[in-house]
Amino acid sequence: MVLDAKIPGGPLAEKWTQHRFDLKLVNPANKRKYNIIIVGTGLAGASAAASLAELGYNVDAFSYHESPRRAHSIAAQGGINAAKNYPNDGDSIFRLFYDTIKGGDYRSREANVYRLAEVSNAIIDQCVAQGVPFAREYGGLLDNRSFGGAQVSRTFYARGQTGQQLLLGAYSAFARQMKAGKVRFHPRHEMLDLVLVDGHAKGIITRNLINGEIRSYAADAVILASGGYGNVFFLSTNAMASNATAIWRAYKKGAYFANPCFTQIHPTCIPLSSEHQSKLTLMSESLRNDGRVWVPKKKGDSRAPNDIPEEERDYYLERIYPSFGNLVPRDVASRRAKEMCDTGHGVGPTGLAVYLDFEDVIGRKGKQWVSDKYGNLFDMYQQITGENPYEVPMRIYPAVHYTMGGLWVDYNLMSTVPGLFVLGEANFSDHGANRLGASALMQGLADGYFIIPYTIGDYLAKHPHGKTDTNQESFKTTTREVEEKLNQLLAVDGSQTVDDIHKELGRILWEYVGMARNREGLEKALKLIPQLRETFWKEVKVPGTAKELNPELEKAGRVADFLELGELMARDALHREESCGGHFREEYQTEENEALRDDEKFAYVAAWEFQGTGEPAKLHKEVLIFENVELTTRSYK
Amino acid sequence: MNWFFRFMNSSVGKKIIMATTGLLLCSFLIIHLFGNLFLYGGPELFNTYVERLASIKPLIRVIEVILALIFLFHIINSLWLTLSNRKANPVKYEVNRAQDNSSFFSRYMGITGSIVFIFLAVHLSTFWYRFQIDHDGGQFYRIVTGDAVGFNNPYITGLYILAMILLGFHLRHGFQSAFQTFGLRYNKYGKLIEAIAVLFWFAIPLGFVLIPIYFGLLKGGF
Amino acid sequence: MQVFLKVWRQADAKSEGQFVTYTVENVTEDMSFFEMLDMLNNQLVLKGKEPIAFDHDCREGICGTCGLFINGRAHGPLRGITTCQLHMRSFDDGANIVVEPWRAEAFPVIKDLIVDRTAFDRIISAGGYISVNTGGVPDANTIPVPKPKADEAFDAATCIGCGACVATCKNSSAMLFVAAKVSHLALLPQGQVERKQRALNLVAAMDMEGFGACTNTGACEIECPKEISIVHIARLNREFLKASLL
Ligand SMILES: Cc1cc2nc3c(=O)[nH]c(=O)nc-3n(C[C@H](O)[C@H](O)[C@H](O)COP(=O)(O)OP(=O)(O)OC[C@H]3O[C@@H](n4cnc5c(N)ncnc54)[C@H](O)[C@@H]3O)c2cc1C
Ligand code: HEM
Ligand code: SF4
Ligand code: FES
Repeated sequence: MVLDAKIPGGPLAEKWTQHRFDLKLVNPANKRKYNIIIVGTGLAGASAAASLAELGYNVDAFSYHESPRRAHSIAAQGGINAAKNYPNDGDSIFRLFYDTIKGGDYRSREANVYRLAEVSNAIIDQCVAQGVPFAREYGGLLDNRSFGGAQVSRTFYARGQTGQQLLLGAYSAFARQMKAGKVRFHPRHEMLDLVLVDGHAKGIITRNLINGEIRSYAADAVILASGGYGNVFFLSTNAMASNATAIWRAYKKGAYFANPCFTQIHPTCIPLSSEHQSKLTLMSESLRNDGRVWVPKKKGDSRAPNDIPEEERDYYLERIYPSFGNLVPRDVASRRAKEMCDTGHGVGPTGLAVYLDFEDVIGRKGKQWVSDKYGNLFDMYQQITGENPYEVPMRIYPAVHYTMGGLWVDYNLMSTVPGLFVLGEANFSDHGANRLGASALMQGLADGYFIIPYTIGDYLAKHPHGKTDTNQESFKTTTREVEEKLNQLLAVDGSQTVDDIHKELGRILWEYVGMARNREGLEKALKLIPQLRETFWKEVKVPGTAKELNPELEKAGRVADFLELGELMARDALHREESCGGHFREEYQTEENEALRDDEKFAYVAAWEFQGTGEPAKLHKEVLIFENVELTTRSYK
Repeated sequence: MNWFFRFMNSSVGKKIIMATTGLLLCSFLIIHLFGNLFLYGGPELFNTYVERLASIKPLIRVIEVILALIFLFHIINSLWLTLSNRKANPVKYEVNRAQDNSSFFSRYMGITGSIVFIFLAVHLSTFWYRFQIDHDGGQFYRIVTGDAVGFNNPYITGLYILAMILLGFHLRHGFQSAFQTFGLRYNKYGKLIEAIAVLFWFAIPLGFVLIPIYFGLLKGGF
Repeated sequence: MQVFLKVWRQADAKSEGQFVTYTVENVTEDMSFFEMLDMLNNQLVLKGKEPIAFDHDCREGICGTCGLFINGRAHGPLRGITTCQLHMRSFDDGANIVVEPWRAEAFPVIKDLIVDRTAFDRIISAGGYISVNTGGVPDANTIPVPKPKADEAFDAATCIGCGACVATCKNSSAMLFVAAKVSHLALLPQGQVERKQRALNLVAAMDMEGFGACTNTGACEIECPKEISIVHIARLNREFLKASLL
């Protein structure tokens, strides 16, 4: 299949407007005859469900959570970008577009990113109308803050809980449609497979997590908004249950997976303290505005930080990047921290941490000033580590945070499976090789509120409604497959727990497909992961039955998918012989250890087609054409 | 009237009735204590005061009926509330450290109220009955201080004092709670309400308690 | 360190439950309470026993999924945190820890320590929103909101829907949860149009779900991980009174 991104013609700024005119419409009276399935009710899914139901479609929404408000979008702290230019500091749609393309290291589609910037303002309007309590100035108007990767203040925020407030807004619109009977919500239902009828996505198979019931649902189109797959690493800033199952099963049904190796590692997280740790907690990036990052000059120095004299400390970011200092972008800061630890300068009990020190600023501005600005973060740190960061420097370490990769979608957000649309972090669409802060929330809501309501209509209008029901053969066979897989998991009855194997997978990926990658390591990962997968299917122990609430069984299914996805990530990372954004190949760096892109050979989206488990996936390339920006190298010296 | 029944049936509506009747009862307490203070003026003053009241009997009767209704409302409503709340929370915790998050007074309103109620029954069947029907031609003072049902009777005095302490407990939570229920506990009036509350949960019950102490114990009673 | 757990186990909604005791060894202070349970569960699985089911997801105190009644307190002994933010350093070596699910008629137990809180969703869908469709809304800055109001609305809006307020309330009242939503929207100019109806509908929905009536004990604001004040309950009462009588 040739990848056709269906990018509309015409000048960049007019593509979306023209396209909306060209899209076919569904007659208002007919909308109620169409059923749409939405898997996932985070920002992307809830906003899509509400908007489509408002238009008149019947929506069945599924989530393994008990309520839409529990989706991981709730955890986003920092903010959401929009090109409002309220501060009058020179922002514009084009500038937001430009920053996003550049931030993504020129590995995203111009037309998509421009559209994202274009609808960004409407998102803020929508959220305010819903009652989202964004931060305000004393005059009553909206406040903005600045964020990494931009020279303008364009980030709207609600204290440190922007994701929560936006999700609650989308959830309220969703709840309203529940009341109206247009959205049927199926909580604690996990999608376990996609059903195709004549090559089109026409339904899903779900497991009711409370009683284990397997059921199929049919519809005229299926939307996946199931979030990111950072948990493939076991330890990440994602919620414990975040997983790849929905998109992975769709991949195995023919949807291409784009840029799986593009993962974002966030530099300021609380480091791992013991092998029992279950997740990593993000500490807002804003801390780097006032904290200074350092490690002891001496390798393996085990003295307490306050006993190490000034001249024996290496403020390495300030040393290597005199002009940006501690404020270099996420990927750079992360990589350098890893390098310090790898060379024996790491601190803390595990040696996998660097110091983030506030002594200077406390001395300069006083403890009160620091506590006013960062009080809640300091409390959170103390809560988790038991150490007082006013007295001892914080220890931080990078952690997996976001996945830019995801199912490949065209300009209409449709995957390579007709009738299957993918929104939010689950698709690959807008962030290229690196996502800028405060852009994921923007993208999820853009997809759900302002893009899918138009583009899905075009697909539906071209296909008659109500032609599917769950008695069709493909529903039955898929149901059987799902049940068999669950039984297989239970039947292994080995001697290792799901978590043990998941942790091992995480170690392999972190080591070889993590912050810095090289051919040798990736080839090793490509050996180790299939071996681990084999171990899993021989040794995993899943207690209980499939006919009850069984969290171990849920985890087992997700880890089984991660074990396949991990391999694809390694394969993608191996094939991409360049460094770009979050993907750093040690072989491809400048003399100053910076990422070295190869635009000649790799300015494309790598979209992988499933060929069978254990078989190498087939690569398809969507070549990226840049007509409106010039490809340059980033420098932060 | 539809809105009225909806209101009466709703949890918040029931609370508002609790608070309204509760505060009305509080205002009655002031009047009642005011009357009791005449005791300190000696038998003559007190008896005259009571007789004065008797001279406006029809009005007093109306007030009594209203008062009885208020009590009835307060009590029936409290039963209703307590029962439905019990239904909402049928399974108790194995360990519950409620003392860490709420005051004793707030958790035992039903109990303190019930003891006040028992007292009320005794109180009515003694004082009220004697005052209205069997008063020896206006010997009100002697009834109050005497040893049949008056403060020379240690049981009566004991129950009286206990009941007043529990009334204090009831109002320790109840008075402020009523303002919270009306939605009037803004932060800015909080302090003021707290101050007035002290009058109701401390000063007034104390005023009531001092009477049996003074006339029972100090004036050579028992 | 070592701790002794007494945990509520219940196979499903219909079964009877009972307490089961466990001794957990090699607990370290820097473990979170859930990591301690993870460790225990891992051991249980390897022994072929059924692990303890408990709800959790973000493990950073924002999703509202977690919630255990620990030694008589919702979300454990500390204030202003969720269960997932509780660490073992808050317990002594050799501590006895009783772990129970939220108890309320409106929150039936699904399994072990997991309860069903979908009643909250039904309450919100009864009117915990501003009825605007996607698109066609005015520019965000045409609706100025005084900062103090916006801040107060925000304080209420931080509710994570965990249900600790209900769990700790002797009446299983959901007033703090409902008040947080009513207050959030009543404070904002956008929320004025449906203000009265919202208060009435949410209270009606709350009553219908079988939550009890508030008696102002204030336990909820002490146990609320987001420290939402009962001043918001006062506001709800006022809103309800006004909407009913005026
Ligand atoms: C700690 C943290 C902080 C962040 N901060 C920011 C920030 O400040 N700004 C920013 O822009 N971005 C931020 N991000 C990124 C951003 O929050 C996410 O990318 C975004 O919220 C994802 O939204 P979503 O709707 O795609 O997915 P999610 O919110 O993850 O929702 C996924 C939904 O899918 C459901 N689901 C998944 N699989 C299945 C299945 N098989 N069956 C049924 N249901 C399923 C889930 O139940 C859930 O409802 C942050 C991320 C993290 C982890
Ligand atoms: C002189 C007698 C009484 C006075 C002055 C009084 C006063 C009050 C007040 C002010 C309240 C607070 C209302 C609110 O919280 O909104 C209250 C509540 C209550 N009262 Fe009384 N009351 C009296 C007698 C009784 C009796 C006899 C009973 C029970 C048989 C009773 C049971 C209750 C109960 C159960 C509550 C509700 C508790 C709560 O909301 O926390 N009270 N009372
Ligand atoms: S009000 Fe507080 S305790 Fe109640 S659900 Fe919301 S966050 Fe939880
Ligand atoms: S697990 Fe999300 S709040 Fe505790």
